[in-house]
Amino acid sequence: MKFPLSWLKYHLETEATLDEIAEAMTMAGLEIEEIDNPLEKFAAFTVCHVTHAEKHPDADKLKVCTVETVDGTKQIVCGAPNARTGMYAIYAPLGTYIPGLDFALDKKPRKIRGVESHGMMCSAKELELGEDHDGIIDLPEPFEVGTPAVVALGQADPVLDFEVTPNRPDWLGVRGIARDLAATGIGTLKPHVIEDIPGSFPCPVEIKLEATDTCPVYAGRVIRGVKNGESPDWLKKALKAIGLRPINFLADITNMISYDRCRPLHVYDLAKLDGPIRARLGKGEADRFEALDNKEYVPTEEMCVIADDARCLGFGGVIGGTWSGVSAETTDVFIESAWFDPLKTRATAKATGIDSDAKYRFERGVDPASPKAGIEQATELVLKFCGGEASETLVVGETPAPPADIEFPVSEVKRLTGLDLPRAEIVRILETLGFAPSGEGDVLTVGVPSWRMDCSQKADLVEEVARIHGFDKLDAVSLPRPPVRREAPATVMQLRARHARRALAGRGYSEAVTWSFCQSGQAKLFGGHGDGLELENPISSELDVMRPTALIHLLTALQANADKGQDDPRLFEVGPIYLDDTPKGQRLVATGVRRVEAGRHWAGTRQPDIFDAKADALAALAAAGAPVDSLQVAAEARDWWHPGRSGVLRLGPKNVMAEFGEIHPAVLKALDIDGRVLAFEIVLDAIPQPKKASGLKARTQLDRADLTPVRRDFAFLVDKSVTADTLVRAAKGADKQMISGVSVFDVYDGKGVPDGQVSLAIEVTLQPRDKTLTEKEIEAVGQSIIAKVEKATGASLRS
Amino acid sequence: MTDTSNLDTLEAEVRSQIEGATDEAGLDAVRVSALGKKGSVSLMMRELGKMSPEERQVMGPALNGLKTRLNDAIEARKSDLEAAALNAALASETVDVTLPVRPAPTGSLHPITQVMEELAVIFADMGFAVAEGPDVETDFHNFTALNFPEGHPARDTQDTFFMKPDAEGMRKVLRTHTSPVQIRTMLEGNTPIRIIAPGRVYRCDWDQTHTPMFHQVEGLVIDKETHMGHLKGTLMDFIAAFFETDQVEAQFRPHHFPFTEPSAEMDVRYERVGDAVKVGSGDKWMEILGCGMVHPNVIRNCGLDPDEYQGFAFGMGVDRLAMLKYGAPDLRDFFNSDVRWMAHYGFSPLLQANLATGLS
Repeated sequence: MKFPLSWLKYHLETEATLDEIAEAMTMAGLEIEEIDNPLEKFAAFTVCHVTHAEKHPDADKLKVCTVETVDGTKQIVCGAPNARTGMYAIYAPLGTYIPGLDFALDKKPRKIRGVESHGMMCSAKELELGEDHDGIIDLPEPFEVGTPAVVALGQADPVLDFEVTPNRPDWLGVRGIARDLAATGIGTLKPHVIEDIPGSFPCPVEIKLEATDTCPVYAGRVIRGVKNGESPDWLKKALKAIGLRPINFLADITNMISYDRCRPLHVYDLAKLDGPIRARLGKGEADRFEALDNKEYVPTEEMCVIADDARCLGFGGVIGGTWSGVSAETTDVFIESAWFDPLKTRATAKATGIDSDAKYRFERGVDPASPKAGIEQATELVLKFCGGEASETLVVGETPAPPADIEFPVSEVKRLTGLDLPRAEIVRILETLGFAPSGEGDVLTVGVPSWRMDCSQKADLVEEVARIHGFDKLDAVSLPRPPVRREAPATVMQLRARHARRALAGRGYSEAVTWSFCQSGQAKLFGGHGDGLELENPISSELDVMRPTALIHLLTALQANADKGQDDPRLFEVGPIYLDDTPKGQRLVATGVRRVEAGRHWAGTRQPDIFDAKADALAALAAAGAPVDSLQVAAEARDWWHPGRSGVLRLGPKNVMAEFGEIHPAVLKALDIDGRVLAFEIVLDAIPQPKKASGLKARTQLDRADLTPVRRDFAFLVDKSVTADTLVRAAKGADKQMISGVSVFDVYDGKGVPDGQVSLAIEVTLQPRDKTLTEKEIEAVGQSIIAKVEKATGASLRS
Repeated sequence: MTDTSNLDTLEAEVRSQIEGATDEAGLDAVRVSALGKKGSVSLMMRELGKMSPEERQVMGPALNGLKTRLNDAIEARKSDLEAAALNAALASETVDVTLPVRPAPTGSLHPITQVMEELAVIFADMGFAVAEGPDVETDFHNFTALNFPEGHPARDTQDTFFMKPDAEGMRKVLRTHTSPVQIRTMLEGNTPIRIIAPGRVYRCDWDQTHTPMFHQVEGLVIDKETHMGHLKGTLMDFIAAFFETDQVEAQFRPHHFPFTEPSAEMDVRYERVGDAVKVGSGDKWMEILGCGMVHPNVIRNCGLDPDEYQGFAFGMGVDRLAMLKYGAPDLRDFFNSDVRWMAHYGFSPLLQANLATGLS
């Protein structure tokens, strides 16, 4: 909310400087966002005195002036028709930025038709302090040379803009701001009591409240014989300062009171009214009306309207209608000062999309006790500036109950803030804020002013006291360390993420953080988004569902990096995916992508393949604590993976922990990605929970055989449908005690291998335990391996 | 035949042959011709048996000495030849050591996750555990329980993303802050509570300084004695630890949040140096977090008695902290996945933020 300093000073008696006031506001919770201080903004422009002006020797329309300025006597060439000897004008020295022209004067004097000009004299428009540009500013009276221009022009009033938090509607009136500032001790609140103005005739308009949930109290009054017209300068200036356009006096005073006391009013042209004024619920199409924003609205049954017998006149507390609006010709008016329920007002505004100063105030909560005072304040101004004759004020309905008294032990201040304030200071602060503390003991009974609907309990009062006393005076106390040894605070999932991230970064992947939402069409390529995960109000159509995979953004980022000429970018992310809208539907995945790109190197390079992706996935899984030795591998990755070059890592058929391989070329094409891409996605939640440690971290004893292991090679011819994993497991199973390792060292399907078969060669490591193995024992294990493998896979030993 | 002069001649002859050998085979031939079974020295030694004891007394030691000296000379020569052969072989294996190594891509960790780890370390030291909650939240956890009344204008300040309503008309939200984790933690009821809750949060806003997704860390302390002075102290301690300096000046000023009472915001002193923001100097204040004493309504909503339990909560933007500390000027870059940006602003996986070796 913006307000000019002079308006604040109308309510606050203070000697404080602008900076002190701004500081006091911020430290009381009225956070200053901007100060527009004309004295600073226009500091370069000062009053000058033209002691002599004569025609330019070489130009009919130019004058050469001798000017007394703050910088001494200057020769200035001026093209203004009104430049004349003896005038007081506004001087801008060389180098000054002229806002209305949007350029800065040269730093060195410039010759104009052969005569040097040492500065400029400005028009109001050039300063953006008015519209006039027929000539330079001609001050009506002498000012001392060097007086700031804005002072001479009466436009030196700074405008402060601050953030009004939603709990403090009273700050939407300048008086509310002044009250809080007075409490901080920076000044005193001037009384400005609003006097009742007696009417000379009964109010001729009847008021009927038929929607008391929304409009429980309504004050109205007629003023006859007014002469509407342009507002006086002080009012126009005040409204302009807060960013409002002056319309006519009657409209302007309602705006002014809205900003002065947070008391919205509405003025009707009495000639346009037909029968009693009703505050009632809307009747649909029958109530269609044109509002002051020149749009038509159809009030529904949930909305409160103000209507007479003939028509709907406007939305109560939100916006008036054009039909009954006042114009310059209006002579008889009906003034409305009602109270509208915040939630209902807000619902109407939300449904209609209307934003107005009245709505902004009512939805936050206008002082329910203010309707009568609002009418009286308006009446005083109308009678003073427009004349006329006022009726009696009619107040209909029941004022909503003020906030209840709060039983307030003064010790609460210390309990919640640590501040040890004397009782008297607590009482003083509350009283200057308008509260009514009473009682003798340590528990005060605190009456809450009607404009402070936000205060309902002890903590609210603690905040008032602490805020006004000053948070800068709070003692900063370090939190005492907990007395007992604690477990490490990181959760299992955080440790998994932390370790997987380090494993992947260590393998050359750069960590990305990408959006949790993605495009629904792209999500479809990856099985579609989960139930209940479509956004109602996406930031863009590109990000309209929660992502079912982290692959989408990583894949597109991979391409974007390649497009920028980056060689072999590798990206990973450890982040959420969303399978449904429950907490359990959110999974934490570690996802990585890289291109199938060999690169070039003098020592030769190898093109990466699915086994690189598999290795990366296994490395991340191992780091995250998965039992990688027990994982099964199967070529069962879902549809967005290459059908022949992808697989899953799983514990049992249900618990799939990772997918890896090449992304399906059709999916890449749909995402506009060139070439081939290797990827993996690991579900960190799928890793079994580690066994709860018993408390001690000692490891089991190391079982280390002393005897040298023996290695034997076997080559099998096997059908291509048999996986290497099946064969290796069969070989391992031949003698679980003795066989300590089986590795595949050759895969061959060239000459000499029958069609449809492949030669798989394995190296088996035998670990003797108590004695060296004899050739016979080795031979026996070998036979057992061959038999097991043949039985399990139908393979035959290659001879 | 006790004249040993012919031995000297023989020795000189064999020595010259040893020196003349150019490879191991040649050297071996010399050894055989002198010291082999039928070698010149061996033949002379055979003659010893035929000599008189007197002669033998002279010639015996002379011949043995000759044999030893020749053997040593052959071994020495052999060793020289081996060294020369190795040197020759090594010379042929010489490479250009300036050739580049095989590429090994260097990965990096994102500044956001780095800063989250730093926060976890700092607050762990103050006794805070880590809690988590879902991104897709209920209206109850994100708003109602946090004392945002239904339809209250405070809800407007959050730019909430909503999910499409389900069959019953309930619509979930993307959490607008990490504060719902406060509710989830308090509802578990295990007091006293000291947690931080880092995570993703979402607001419907996208410009130079806002992204629709960003990160927060929530803090919550609930016990029977923690007051607002502790809040201020905790945050001051945090700021000093996080920026790794005592020079960061912070200001604590009143604000309003529905879920705290009293509420405050904290600013740090900063100035702009070119594009970057420098914390700790200058005459401007930048807001970095919101905080306050947990609102009695929130404590009540979680089944605790606000006259018995009290405590504070705070929430801060992780991305903003990362920008301030590490000087990354544009928030949007955090989510662009540009490998050049990642290489520049990212962190080594070998780095583990901790208080013993430093945060970064």
